[in-house]
Amino acid sequence: MGVELYRIDDRLIHGQVVVGWGQPLDVGFIVLVDDEVAASEWEQELYRMGVPPGVDVFFESVETAAHDHDRFRGDERAGIVLTGDIATMTRLVDRANGSIRAVNLGGIHHRAGRTQRLRYVFLTPDEERQLRELARRGVAVTAQDVPAARPVPLDDVLAGTGDS
Amino acid sequence: MNSEGGEAAAASPRAIVAGHGDFAAGVISAVAQITGRGEVFVAMTNRGLAAEDIAKQMRDHLDASGAHVVFTDLPAGSCTIAARRLMRERPDLVLVTGTNLATLLDFVFNGDTSAEAAALAAQHAVARGRESLVCLPSAPGAASGR
Repeated sequence: MGVELYRIDDRLIHGQVVVGWGQPLDVGFIVLVDDEVAASEWEQELYRMGVPPGVDVFFESVETAAHDHDRFRGDERAGIVLTGDIATMTRLVDRANGSIRAVNLGGIHHRAGRTQRLRYVFLTPDEERQLRELARRGVAVTAQDVPAARPVPLDDVLAGTGDS
Repeated sequence: MNSEGGEAAAASPRAIVAGHGDFAAGVISAVAQITGRGEVFVAMTNRGLAAEDIAKQMRDHLDASGAHVVFTDLPAGSCTIAARRLMRERPDLVLVTGTNLATLLDFVFNGDTSAEAAALAAQHAVARGRESLVCLPSAPGAASGR
């Protein structure tokens, strides 16, 4: 068990995470890695509200998540690690000493400066560069919004051919 | 708990229905088919939107309609989280999550455009929606013998 999914999703905890992935994986914990949320009790309460009672939610900064990463990996339950953007996941990968081998692009939505690459993935040139760098370092980057969907390899995401 | 506002009040949008996919448009179309009063609700979907854009669109709908109630589909959903964010800036905003058709049908016939009446109508609608959930047979093996 341990961490079954490292996901980048700008909605953080929401329906696809709690229900779409959480139920088939029988998730017992979610690690929300976000420096801003980790510093705000109010934000934490907001995200905790919709999570089923049997699922623990850990709110971590990048630093504390990296510090506790081995504990999450060794948990006997299945878990999901979430970040809201590529930069935060990249920082976590940097500090995890090669122990994060796969990253899921779950939802990176439209914003000024981003180009659509998939129905649910929009990227700036710098974000594309960061993803290529993750792949170059041996991290398997795929896009997949829900478990029933086909995982789209990074090359297809960047080529804009993943929806075809 | 029938409205004293009559037809004129019922014809104005009084609530936002927000959720995944076509949930809102679908359930509102069912309300319209049953009651002819689908215009009580404004539909919105989270499809293709980042969290901040969901909150912005919901805020715009609330401002444009004057509604005081948001109905959402899923407690963990991004529309629910957006509504909770807006509750911080709008103390009289009421959120109902886990919405079903019976909930909205009850809301249509109660309350008016005031915040206080809308809050009471939402509470009444939640009770009705909860009562409408039934599983038959009520227990495994409880079906009538044939």
